[in-house]
Amino acid sequence: MMHNTVPLRSQYSVSIRELSLSFGAVKVLENLNIDIHDGEFLVLLGSSGCGKSTLLNCIAGLLEPTEGQIFIKDKNVTWEEPKDRGIGMVFQSYALYPQMTVEKNLSFGLRVAGVPKDEIDRRLTRAAGILQIEPLMKRKPAELSGGQRQRVAIGRALVRDVDVFLFDEPLSNLDAKLRSELRVEIKRLHQSLKNTMIYVTHDQIEALTLADRIAIMKSGVIQQLDDPVTIYNRPKNRFVAGFIGSPSMNFMQGVLAEEGGRFLFQTNGVSFSLEGYQASETLMPGRAVILGARPEHIKVDGDIVGGEVHEAIVDIEEPMGADNLLWLKHAGHTMSVRIGGARRYAPGSKVRLAFDMTMASLFDATTEERI
Amino acid sequence: MDKSLTAMPNLAGADRLSAGPQGKRPRKVLSGRNIMVYGALTFAAIYYLLPLYVMVVTSLKGMPEIRMGNIFSPPMEITFEPWAKAWASACTGLNCDGLSRGFWNSVKIMVPSVIVSIAIASVNGYALANWKFKGAELFFTILIIGAFIPYQVMIYPIVIVLRELGLYGTIYGLILVHSIFGMPILTLLFRNYFVSLPEELFKAARIDGAGFWQIYFRIMLPMSLPIFVVAMILQVTGIWNDFLFGVVFTRPETYPMTVQLNNIVNSVQGVKEYNVNMAATLLTGAIPLIVYFVSGRLFVRGIAAGAVKG
Repeated sequence: MMHNTVPLRSQYSVSIRELSLSFGAVKVLENLNIDIHDGEFLVLLGSSGCGKSTLLNCIAGLLEPTEGQIFIKDKNVTWEEPKDRGIGMVFQSYALYPQMTVEKNLSFGLRVAGVPKDEIDRRLTRAAGILQIEPLMKRKPAELSGGQRQRVAIGRALVRDVDVFLFDEPLSNLDAKLRSELRVEIKRLHQSLKNTMIYVTHDQIEALTLADRIAIMKSGVIQQLDDPVTIYNRPKNRFVAGFIGSPSMNFMQGVLAEEGGRFLFQTNGVSFSLEGYQASETLMPGRAVILGARPEHIKVDGDIVGGEVHEAIVDIEEPMGADNLLWLKHAGHTMSVRIGGARRYAPGSKVRLAFDMTMASLFDATTEERI
Repeated sequence: MDKSLTAMPNLAGADRLSAGPQGKRPRKVLSGRNIMVYGALTFAAIYYLLPLYVMVVTSLKGMPEIRMGNIFSPPMEITFEPWAKAWASACTGLNCDGLSRGFWNSVKIMVPSVIVSIAIASVNGYALANWKFKGAELFFTILIIGAFIPYQVMIYPIVIVLRELGLYGTIYGLILVHSIFGMPILTLLFRNYFVSLPEELFKAARIDGAGFWQIYFRIMLPMSLPIFVVAMILQVTGIWNDFLFGVVFTRPETYPMTVQLNNIVNSVQGVKEYNVNMAATLLTGAIPLIVYFVSGRLFVRGIAAGAVKG
């Protein structure tokens, strides 16, 4: 790829160009391109085996790409050793050296690099202060709790004074409560340090809460790279739509129809007006499509503000405290609807429902791309 | 009954329990299962310990007592003379300085062999586990096949190689042979152990800028005491108990203890001194025995740790 020698001005912190990686015949990454801005928090999101950790390892220099280039701070680091790339990495299993105290763990990289003693002390003090691990400095990793270990692991990246932080599922080994606490801490850390951070996770809540931009990956290909709001509200294809959001988006197979200048979505003999939907291309009657609507974008009874009203039967309800999830039967489909936690319905009762088509998604039935 | 049931919420403690099974189920001490298990274990223990008992007892008897033929009876008069003789003055051919010379030969052979083979094999295993290089799998396969080739096949070629190197008949030649032959099994052992260590530790060390040797000495070594103990036990006992290589590759003055023991026991002149033979055998077996007793627990731990993955 010799033609790719366009000089980059330092607008990008990390730049990945045409990156491919295969193990034998298995292609793990294919022609990946991402430009990550300075100070950006990018989350690589996907289910296991989608290549997100592989990509992170390539950026770290722990795996060699088969093809393509990696730039960090405008420097081509494709062939550089991990230590020369200006990165720090935090692992899922913390990867603290078990025989060393917290202090030694933090300073190991600096001692290897031959950094002077007083400089090491200065950086240790700073990192320990930021992460509030001063009381733990003399302890061994085995004497720490999971959350403390992960804090030390973050500290190890912090003392190296790097441009880019890489996180490989750092919270996946923690219990739910600690996970949400540390999630906030990582966000706070990013806000105060303003470093570029690349964060791999399979947890969509982490992705949505932390990211400036999310890259959703599937089988080594980035499906969509956008900010969380766009990803959530305007998913590019059906995979992204189904992957993000819990409970998942409702999907209905059907066809487009036109009636008096208005477009309709028809499924099992029932028509839904598509009024309000913003299509990115011209709609054609007869086209096979999938209509997607998130549980909170289907309104029930009192929530209905207007538009076309249908009638449905309550199948079951799942009270979840703040919310109540209704499973409704209508037009041969079962759809989930999110309503306020205080509103209860008995199974079998009839409700009125209306779709908020401004927030819905239409996908082509064959390509599954957004229309 | 009905009355107590309705009144139940008001009752305290034991009154709330109804008749029938409660708590831990009682078990019979003399169940068929227990008799089988303990019986089999006792039988096996006796089967293995009886010969040892006979040896110890015989080595503490004088020759007149042995001639009476009661091999299972304890000594009437305990004497340590056979032990002294076996160590210092038993004859093999022309030499009459006992096993002591063989003991020191064996020490001189074993210590360097153990150190060299473990040092090289641990680095091999570390490289194979963590630094994937081209042809690593092939190299490993060849090494493992080496573990299954019978030693006898290689004796003659090795004799020639050692002769050409000018090491034939010397202790150094035998050290070289032991170091090489320990390589396949030790490399396998170390590789499997290092593979079982979390890969992320290795990655973290690389991010921290540590190189091949820094990771080996500062990260891997401190974590692998158990497997080093296992390797040491395997090598100490294996090399100490070796007879074949000792008899083939050394000369009488450099014979290891096992070869010398054989010569003492099989020397044809005079009467067979069973007590001296037993004492000599126990002396020869003492080193592996001591090693097992001292490090048995670490051994089990190391084997278990290495067996988790890999």
